[in-house]
Amino acid sequence: MAQTVTATPGPAPWQPWRSPEEVASLARRARRRDATGRAAIYAALGLLSLPILIPYLWLVAAAFSQRVSYGLLPSGFTLNNWRFLWVGNLGFVTGTAGRLPNIWQVVWNSLVLAAGTTVIVVVVATLAGYFVSRHDFRRRTAFLKGALMLQAFPGITLLVALFILLRTLNLLNSVAGVILVIATLHLPFALFVMKGFFDGIPWDIEMSALIDGASRLRAWYTVLLPQVRNGIGAIAMFSFLWGWTDYIFVLTFILRRSSWTMALYLSSVIGEYRFVDYGLMAAVGVFYMIPSLLFFLFTQKHLLQITIGGTKA
Amino acid sequence: MATIVLDDLGKQFGGVRAVDHLTLEMADGEFVALLGPSGCGKTTTLLMLAGIYRPTRGEIRFDGVAVNDLPPQDRNIGMVFQSYALYPHMTVFENISFPLRLQRRAPEEMRRRVQEAAAQVQIEGLLDRKPAQLSGGQQQRVALARALVKQPALLLLDEPLSNLDAKLRVLMRAEIKRLQRTLGITTILVTHDQIEAMTMADRIAVLKDGALEQVGTPDDLYYRPATVFVAGFIGTPPMSFLNVNVERSDGRLVFVGESLRLVAAEPAAARLGTRSGALVLGIRPEDIRLSLVPSEGSIEGRILDVEPMGREFVVAVTVGREVVVALAGHGFAGRHDQPVWLGMPSDRLYVFDPATDTAIT
Repeated sequence: MAQTVTATPGPAPWQPWRSPEEVASLARRARRRDATGRAAIYAALGLLSLPILIPYLWLVAAAFSQRVSYGLLPSGFTLNNWRFLWVGNLGFVTGTAGRLPNIWQVVWNSLVLAAGTTVIVVVVATLAGYFVSRHDFRRRTAFLKGALMLQAFPGITLLVALFILLRTLNLLNSVAGVILVIATLHLPFALFVMKGFFDGIPWDIEMSALIDGASRLRAWYTVLLPQVRNGIGAIAMFSFLWGWTDYIFVLTFILRRSSWTMALYLSSVIGEYRFVDYGLMAAVGVFYMIPSLLFFLFTQKHLLQITIGGTKA
Repeated sequence: MATIVLDDLGKQFGGVRAVDHLTLEMADGEFVALLGPSGCGKTTTLLMLAGIYRPTRGEIRFDGVAVNDLPPQDRNIGMVFQSYALYPHMTVFENISFPLRLQRRAPEEMRRRVQEAAAQVQIEGLLDRKPAQLSGGQQQRVALARALVKQPALLLLDEPLSNLDAKLRVLMRAEIKRLQRTLGITTILVTHDQIEAMTMADRIAVLKDGALEQVGTPDDLYYRPATVFVAGFIGTPPMSFLNVNVERSDGRLVFVGESLRLVAAEPAAARLGTRSGALVLGIRPEDIRLSLVPSEGSIEGRILDVEPMGREFVVAVTVGREVVVALAGHGFAGRHDQPVWLGMPSDRLYVFDPATDTAIT
């Protein structure tokens, strides 16, 4: 009690803040913590990606192997699994339902499907995205809401209706019909992406082009289009892959073997029976993945831009 | 080069009247500023001149010919936007040559004219860069060169300086003015900054709520403001206003306010004639003589705030419930809450009619 009374409040006597040794050891500790933290993150991410990586590694390994023991362990290098590329008629393959069509015909069909979808989606979404972004028309909000709903709508529920529609239009069994269906169902997404990109271009730039002497159309393709090319790249890539990877629509609408696409080819190799030629299946699977891999490799940059372009409604 | 006439121009967006009955004539080679607070219709007017907006009434005439129906690309206009609106995917050279490319000029002519325009704004060394690699000031010069390269009949400047830092703004102000003089291009500057308008323009049109308040030279607007709005908008610090009544006692005219009595001498008295009743008095800060001791005919107030500005002080003084702003020399010793006396020479008083907010002259 007496001590607290005698202690006069005032500035505390000066003390060195921290000794140099203390500072050095603290800094060392901070550096160590950073390093272990980073190592932990890499380890965790590596572990998490294993379930994704292992099947792909297995697929690639199996594609070049003679045997797959217990359906798990590939062994013995061979290119025989890839014979579907050069042997015109594979004949009866274990597990397939009958004879497989020529692979190059199938690849061509798939390319037509993917490219056709891409062309339609890119052209329509780019024009419509510009219009929706720049023009205020009657029922604009209703239109955008409708487009969003179509995007949310599961396409499979439309299968029967689309089947009847395509039959009426005499587009069953043709790649063109499937192109129209896939493009239509994915247009809303592409439209919103493109609208977002066009929204990001200030009006000033467009006005400036008009004042500089450009027509509306000229301003659109010389000044605006180059600025949304990342968006175009992104939706082109997506729609190519939508076309390339589609299974359910080609399965439903294409019954003729000459119009088969890669998805149907792969599915028939997997077959509906117990005895599967794993090597062949793996090789076809790897072959099927190549365009997707190439696309992602070359267009990652565009893909990442999508979030920057934003899709505000 | 062209004379420009706005004849009873109006623009309506839905129910909003952005510009209303605007009539304005500009001589060939003249530099006119459209000045007003944001939302006053000045940018709308500019975009109507550019052909982006169509007027809902009235006419725009270039050299006597109505251009209402001409699209922007046929008007031969150069424009500098506040955002500069450079094309980000093109180099500086491509940006500046864009108007010429649209005119399908020969490559040699294009190169020569781009060089000329770039030289005029001193960016010859930047022609290979992209806009993103330039500073704000350089981008502005590119925008200016792009507007000038096609030798426009009319140059439109939409707040061209407001994105520059203060020092650069002063520099560009002088430079744009010099360019405009040399090239003799009819120029319209849109700005909310009265100093920009005063320093650059031959004439200023003050807009408020889409309507023209006053057109005149910078001197006209400063010394002969037609309305309370113009008087308060032009000048920094702004003019102060006092609500008073005119009374007559002993044959003399006296302004009587809530807490002031000011004998009106000539020429204010002559201007008022036989008028009586409520008035608004206006006085500019530099016309008020501040004193810490009372003197004959001065008004008592109390210091609200003293802002040092270097060479002088801006002193806010409460007179009754109103605030008057005055300038004081650097020797001024007044402090917050001190009594102070304001001398207001009669020949420096502006008199306004509170019913119409217009000047009584």
